[in-house]
Amino acid sequence: MQLTVWTYEGPPHVGAMRVATGMKQLHYVLHAPQGDTYADLLFTMIERRDHRPPVTYTTFQARDLGKDTAELFQKSARDAYERFKPQAIIVGASCTAELIQDDPAGLAETMGLPCPVIPLELPSYSRKENWGASETFYQIVRSLADKERRPPPAVGPDGPRRPLANILGPTALGFRHRDDVNEISQLLETLGIAVNVVAPLNATPADLVRLGEADFNVCLYPEIAAQACSWLERTFRQKTVKTVPIGVNATREFVAEVCAVAGIAPPADLDCGRMGWWSRSIDSTYLTGKRVFIFGDGTHAVAAARVASEELGFKVVGLGCYNREFAREVRAAAEKYGVEPLISDDYLAVEEAIEAAAPELVLGTQMERHIAKRLRLPCAVISAPVHVQDFPARHSPQMGFEGANVLFDTWVHPLVMGLEEHLLTMFREDFEFSDAAGPSHLGHASAAHAPAAPPAAAPEPAATSGVAVAEAPPATIERAAEPGGWTAEALAELGKIPFFVRGKARRNTERYAAEHGVTTITRETLYEAKAHYAR
Amino acid sequence: MSEERALPGCDAPPVGADGILRERGQREVFCGLTGIIWLHRKIQDAFFLVVGSRTCAHLLQSAAGVMVFAEPRFGTAIIEEKDLAGLADANEELDRVVTRLLARRPDIRMLFLVGSCPSEVIKLDLSRAAQRLNQRFSPNCHVLNYSGSGIETTFTQGEDACLAALVPELAFTDETQLMIVGSLPDIVEDQLTRLLVDLGIPKVVSLPARKAGGMPAIGPNTKYLLAQPFLAETGTALDKRGAVHLPALFPFGAEGTTAWLHAAAQAFGVSEERFAQVTAAPRERARKGLALYRDKLNGKRIFFMPDSQLEVPLARFLAGELGMELVEVGTPYLHKGHLIDEIAALPAGTLVSEGQDVDKQLDRVRAARPDLTVCGLGLANPLEKEGLSTKWAIELVFSPIHGYDQAGDLAELFARPLHRRDLLRV
Repeated sequence: MQLTVWTYEGPPHVGAMRVATGMKQLHYVLHAPQGDTYADLLFTMIERRDHRPPVTYTTFQARDLGKDTAELFQKSARDAYERFKPQAIIVGASCTAELIQDDPAGLAETMGLPCPVIPLELPSYSRKENWGASETFYQIVRSLADKERRPPPAVGPDGPRRPLANILGPTALGFRHRDDVNEISQLLETLGIAVNVVAPLNATPADLVRLGEADFNVCLYPEIAAQACSWLERTFRQKTVKTVPIGVNATREFVAEVCAVAGIAPPADLDCGRMGWWSRSIDSTYLTGKRVFIFGDGTHAVAAARVASEELGFKVVGLGCYNREFAREVRAAAEKYGVEPLISDDYLAVEEAIEAAAPELVLGTQMERHIAKRLRLPCAVISAPVHVQDFPARHSPQMGFEGANVLFDTWVHPLVMGLEEHLLTMFREDFEFSDAAGPSHLGHASAAHAPAAPPAAAPEPAATSGVAVAEAPPATIERAAEPGGWTAEALAELGKIPFFVRGKARRNTERYAAEHGVTTITRETLYEAKAHYAR
Repeated sequence: MSEERALPGCDAPPVGADGILRERGQREVFCGLTGIIWLHRKIQDAFFLVVGSRTCAHLLQSAAGVMVFAEPRFGTAIIEEKDLAGLADANEELDRVVTRLLARRPDIRMLFLVGSCPSEVIKLDLSRAAQRLNQRFSPNCHVLNYSGSGIETTFTQGEDACLAALVPELAFTDETQLMIVGSLPDIVEDQLTRLLVDLGIPKVVSLPARKAGGMPAIGPNTKYLLAQPFLAETGTALDKRGAVHLPALFPFGAEGTTAWLHAAAQAFGVSEERFAQVTAAPRERARKGLALYRDKLNGKRIFFMPDSQLEVPLARFLAGELGMELVEVGTPYLHKGHLIDEIAALPAGTLVSEGQDVDKQLDRVRAARPDLTVCGLGLANPLEKEGLSTKWAIELVFSPIHGYDQAGDLAELFARPLHRRDLLRV
């Protein structure tokens, strides 16, 4: 048993729902108890879908368990077919139905429904949402793709045809999948490549039948499509484009890989968007070496680390993912940036890691956004699990060159702006100014980075109040005034350090003091520690 | 898909001899675990530990917005593959999880082990687990259990199961007192308590109390008023302890609140004069509050999909005090004993349905095209897309809606979607 108060991924049948809901003319008959229908609201509320997910739940209750839940399943499947007349049905069980072992697959098979029925085995007690989506998509592709199909001849009656690609992986409730698909379809169009099928998003089962007609596959979201792509590669000898086009450089590489796979010449002049210039422009200098902590699904986290480091000049101080299936990729990337990889689905562990890394920017999921809020750190969201805010009304992709533009804006805007940062440093001691006010554009919520920083002017009130002056110890005398052995003077000096590194400076100094047997932390100790850790 | 096809099943539905339509098909409802969302806010030093699956955890975080809490007072002990292999191990695992949890949260005084569908199906005996853990953690923390599983409970029945689990634990008293039963927002509970005390009732207590250590005592001289219509099991448990139920309309709207208070006044020998005197001012405020929305709601047709069991009393309020027409009043479960007065107060011929067959019920919604449909979050946007205004049922559970001073707010909840529809030009 694992104690969980919050989880990055839902159960595997929710992954199956993301595939089914993304598609059209497909229906999911789910053997599940009453209450599991809550999952509908993820789609209708978070994504604002205007149709119910195409899922029929058997919603069995305790009284049904004594009788025949198998019959209930068959009735639900029959009714669902009659009402919705889907092109294909997927059948499976949620966690509870898995325990009663009714075998929806076998039951559905004996019913002779007049459409393909695809059974799903999604082990709820060992697997999670992304795995469920991947397995579901793979099973649907395997069952429906017509193995006789091949790409049309290279030269038809109207002359040579354009290369054909499938774009695989986008689902319902995906992080910016809607916009990424538009962006990448357009990019392919620019390269002179036609899209054969996009799936699962907006595809019908009939569309999947003709997957084999493409020359190659674009594996846009490896978490969902890698397994299906590798089967397609084996079955149809379709090559897979594996570069995930997040960021300018990755998109350039994506273009190169696509052109190589499609056997066409790479374009001589490609409009790579504004991101590169925005980053090289002089006002962005202040972004140099900003400490960034990155956490998300494996693919988005690794991609974000590359963009942060290569394209914005940030320093990656933490990198991790919640989906173990992509631990290897994340470990490799973490090694490249010289950080300890964090593979965990325990948000409290992530919170601890963020606190310890003392970043200036957090790139994460909605959970990291909340953690960052608590720690009063700027944050941008880069990955699922999704939130209603991750479905903006405007076009806002993460992929392609426009996606890179979006990344620049959404990652840089939460930061204290360059000039503002200079002002904060210059006027920190000014009596009319308080760096506890935080960045002006983040409102009052971002105020008070104070916990680690008692006001530099702490002695003043005692001196001016006229009360108990005699009892108050002279503040400037070097003595251990604080737990941890800080002198007031050292604390005042600490207060002059910019708030976003102050916590780190404090910890480093205390560690230095502990390691060197220093019991009283003076101003000197602070600078000795600074010199020590700067090496 | 379905919308483009001819509507099936729109012929007259089969109604029972008692005038109630009973359906047993797909139910689009929450399970009883959802009650944890408001119960943990109410009992401020209690922790609710669901013993269940990743689905249970996912439901709670999806419905509760867990992220707003640094560390919420609820969580899920997720059953894993190895726990399914042997129940002995599952019990050990549970003890380990609870021990760690209570070590981390020494502020917790009451721990509910909450059963789920998987824990029920594998027959993990949580009452024995609670007894076992109680021996270890008493008196610092009291461990109780109830089931919020979807195979046994629908949405608000989770609160019923929780309170029913509390009742046998209550201390004995033979003091004469009135108990308000059902979790209410603190501000509402305080308002109603003040009114009852002003009437001259010597002692007024609430179940649940806000602290684990402050749960009321109970005995033969306890009379109780149900503040919620979904407390069937709790009522039975209270009766067993010798407490006396005061049947009444539920305190929704001015009339419901008056009837509810009046039942207590009569039972405690309060004079009619005093009753009129104490209730006059808040009644007048409720009247004013309701008047603001009567024009908007009068004559509008409303359809309740089953959700919280609040449907029948709310329908009575909307028809009786605001002139709305009831197309269908769906409820997941109809407790005829507790709702006898409410059903009698509905306009003659109102179609009340119990249970659900969601696709057929949606066909009836589409055929009737009501002005307002009260439904769950999974159905609201799809209906809006079909041009039907909706009211999220869950808001009725989370908002303060009981009593005189919330009567206007309650009406406003129904008027808002209609107002918005009139307002928008997009």
